[in-house]
Amino acid sequence: MSQAPFSIETTIADSQKVDAILDRLADEILAAHPKCEGIALVGIYTAGVPLSQRLQQRLEAKTGTSVPMGMIDITLYRDDALDGLPSPVVGETRFDFPVEGTQIILVDDVLYTGRTVRAALDAVVDFGRPKVIKLLVLADRGHREFPIEANFVGVRVETSKRDSVKLSLPEIGNETACLKHFQP
Amino acid sequence: MEQDLIVTNGRIIDPASGKDEMGSLRVHDGHIAEVVWGGDALSGEGARVIDAQGGWITPGFIDLRTHLREPGEEWKETVESGAHAALAGGYTSICASPDTIPVNDEASVTNLIRQRGEAANAARVYPVAAATTGQRGENLADLGDMKAAGAVAVSNGERPISSARMMRRVMEYSRTFDLPLMTSSFDLSLSEGGLMNEGLLSTIMGLAPIPSEAETIAVARDIELAALTGARVHLSRLSTAGSVRLLRAAQKRGLNITGDATPHHLTLTEEANKTYDTNTKVFPPLRTEQDRQALIEGLRDGTLSCVATDHLPQNIADKELEFVYAQAGILGLETAFPLMMNLVREGVLSAQQVISALSTGPANVLGHGLGGSLEPGAVADITISQPDAPWTPTQETLRSMSFNTPFLGTELRGRVTWAIVGGSVRYALHGSIQ
Amino acid sequence: MEQDATLEHLLGLRHLTPGQIRNILDHAKRFKAINERKIKKVPTLRGTTVVNFFVEPSTRTRTSFEIAAKRLSADTLSFSASSSSFVKGETLLDTARNIEAMQPEILVLRHKASGAPHMLSRAIDAAIVNAGDGYHEHPTQALLDMFTMEEHKGPISNRDVPLKVAIVGDIAHSRVARSNIHGLTKLGADLHLAGPATMLPTAVESLGVTVHYSVEDALKDADVVMMLRIQKERMGTDLFPNDREYARMFGLDKKRLQLAKPDALVMHPGPINRGIEIQPDIADGPQSVILEQVTNGVAVRMAVLYLVSHRGRPAAPVEVQ
Repeated sequence: MSQAPFSIETTIADSQKVDAILDRLADEILAAHPKCEGIALVGIYTAGVPLSQRLQQRLEAKTGTSVPMGMIDITLYRDDALDGLPSPVVGETRFDFPVEGTQIILVDDVLYTGRTVRAALDAVVDFGRPKVIKLLVLADRGHREFPIEANFVGVRVETSKRDSVKLSLPEIGNETACLKHFQP
Repeated sequence: MEQDLIVTNGRIIDPASGKDEMGSLRVHDGHIAEVVWGGDALSGEGARVIDAQGGWITPGFIDLRTHLREPGEEWKETVESGAHAALAGGYTSICASPDTIPVNDEASVTNLIRQRGEAANAARVYPVAAATTGQRGENLADLGDMKAAGAVAVSNGERPISSARMMRRVMEYSRTFDLPLMTSSFDLSLSEGGLMNEGLLSTIMGLAPIPSEAETIAVARDIELAALTGARVHLSRLSTAGSVRLLRAAQKRGLNITGDATPHHLTLTEEANKTYDTNTKVFPPLRTEQDRQALIEGLRDGTLSCVATDHLPQNIADKELEFVYAQAGILGLETAFPLMMNLVREGVLSAQQVISALSTGPANVLGHGLGGSLEPGAVADITISQPDAPWTPTQETLRSMSFNTPFLGTELRGRVTWAIVGGSVRYALHGSIQ
Repeated sequence: MEQDATLEHLLGLRHLTPGQIRNILDHAKRFKAINERKIKKVPTLRGTTVVNFFVEPSTRTRTSFEIAAKRLSADTLSFSASSSSFVKGETLLDTARNIEAMQPEILVLRHKASGAPHMLSRAIDAAIVNAGDGYHEHPTQALLDMFTMEEHKGPISNRDVPLKVAIVGDIAHSRVARSNIHGLTKLGADLHLAGPATMLPTAVESLGVTVHYSVEDALKDADVVMMLRIQKERMGTDLFPNDREYARMFGLDKKRLQLAKPDALVMHPGPINRGIEIQPDIADGPQSVILEQVTNGVAVRMAVLYLVSHRGRPAAPVEVQ
């Protein structure tokens, strides 16, 4: 990525705080969807996938039921899909539930321009006609380029366009879970 | 009578006399009158003077195998354009291969070629008679008549003489008229349809292969027939180590057989085919590095006494095709000298050996005493060159009508600056003389 | 193994790195998943034009490329040798230049002259995908063959015991064999070729394969048996006496198949000459994956078209979130 190196690094949420945010988000899901009836969690590759798994664990602990899961890799749906080098690997896209008539909650780590979510919406509707699609993100950093908003937001971060917000998770190869804000 | 011509300030390399040193020479009445060694100047009163500027002064080059495309394919090359391209390459004499349309198998075509050559007033053009009518390898052609019309040798051209019996007759009949037979020997059944040298590379590239044996089998046969008939035989465009070995053994037996290789076989290998560049498609095909080294060794030890260009112009329409469909052939007249100079610069051949292969050797094959020497009394066919001068063959710099050479656009080093035929200055790279 | 995603053209497998081959096969897996959905389409190549120029005809391969392009939402155009301008004697280069005037991003070429794709890659701008040239290479066939092998046998690379693959037939005139030889040896497979000496190309052992005249020796304990199609035109020439002799000496029947491992795959690039290089019961039998090869062909070609589309594009933009 051709960006100038960042000089300021702020930890928005360490491992404990990330857990706390996820606990709260799980409660919000339950509040909107009692007993998790009719919903499914679909993680957006890469970080969204382990996030959706962590949420599923919490929801199962609270309700005793296992929420159906899915995952999407949006590489092939991006509006800049052919720019630059292809990413080395295209992740799996699959739904372990029928899309038709389900209330899908898309799960992603950071909401920024909204283009990723736009691509994810295209991918989902290719599989069928869901009843509802909602969006859950761990962090919303603003600067939307498309008219897209999240239904469930973990934390809002004020950033400038030159900044970066990154979620590390052990499930995707990092040491610990933490949400960081990088500024040049 | 023309004024005398003095060529001075050059390195005179004369294989006939074995001399190789700085000197000057005087031409009088179309012949070499005197040669002076060292820095002594020749008196120049009343004479035209060429300053060789430290370059080489050598006998004019003689090409045993040039394909002029006239009559029949004049858009690729004519006698005139070929004769001018020859001079630019340092060739003061070229032997026109008989593969014209119609084939040069009778005196009328021989006369046409000879007359066109005389009219061009450039390099000497010597017609070569086809061995058989139509080059079909079935019936003898009118060798006697063609000799009378100016043919200096006999050749099978691009078509093989597949019948041993017929080749025997060709050799005997050529001998009858004291004409040397220049044969490109190959077995058609092994080479037909082939596109490149047979080996790992042809397997990888998926191109129909031509094994070395397509050449060596025919060379072995023709050597035995030469022994049987006592004909004066010259093996043209040898490309394999096996052929050089066979020729060496034949010469050891006392047989008077000579041989040549082309500049492209001496400097390129099958690796040049790798990109499917049709400008590298040639017959015989480019072979392996071992073959190339064997050809160089052949020139070094005298087994091969000549370099012949096998200049074969092809129009771009015949080359800008898929490899299998493109016509074979590489231009040779204007690139021979710089390519041979590469071998001198690499130290694998001496200047003497190269100049001999370009001039004295071919003169001896033709055996008519015309050319290949700078000794007093010899006819004044002289080539003056700058052996390291850089230049790039392009559509603008080449004098041939065609441009099918893999060296197009590549910088070469070695350029002819003057070419003199019979004392007459017929080519000057940078304008005229005082 | 280090992945390498760059692919400017696909002219053959000889000059690809193992990383590039790995990358294509991994992408093919994802594209196969798309082919199993209800809507077998992704928008990735929307607005891209793929021209299929099949100078040498082939309904099967051309259809496979067409489906692959359409599933990526690309626009496709097909030209064949019987296209009028070609019949009128227009050269390959001239036809290609005319096609280029339509600004295709990708040109898929099948031609009976080895080296034709190389020639076009020097002359026109589009990315060239070789769908088979003479007997030089047929890279997408070898890639789908390797993909099929991996679906059943797991990764070809880094095995304790290398995957033993036997290829039987007219190797000398087979572009499928050549591409498979290059691809499989790069991934570390143990290749055994069998055929009569007249059909084994010069110096082929130098490519890192073992050569047998006896098909029994090649088949012994093989994990994969690949039978090549015998061209009828070559029977009765200086290459081979007749097809009965070929079937008897080199054909795959039940007895010969038993020499291979019990779960060995039976493969064939198609079309099959039933009863000559392969017996019908074997071609239709439980070990045969011949039809899967065809299905996998679409996925592999989608991967190739996708990867080759990136060529010449600007550098990766700032990460989009």
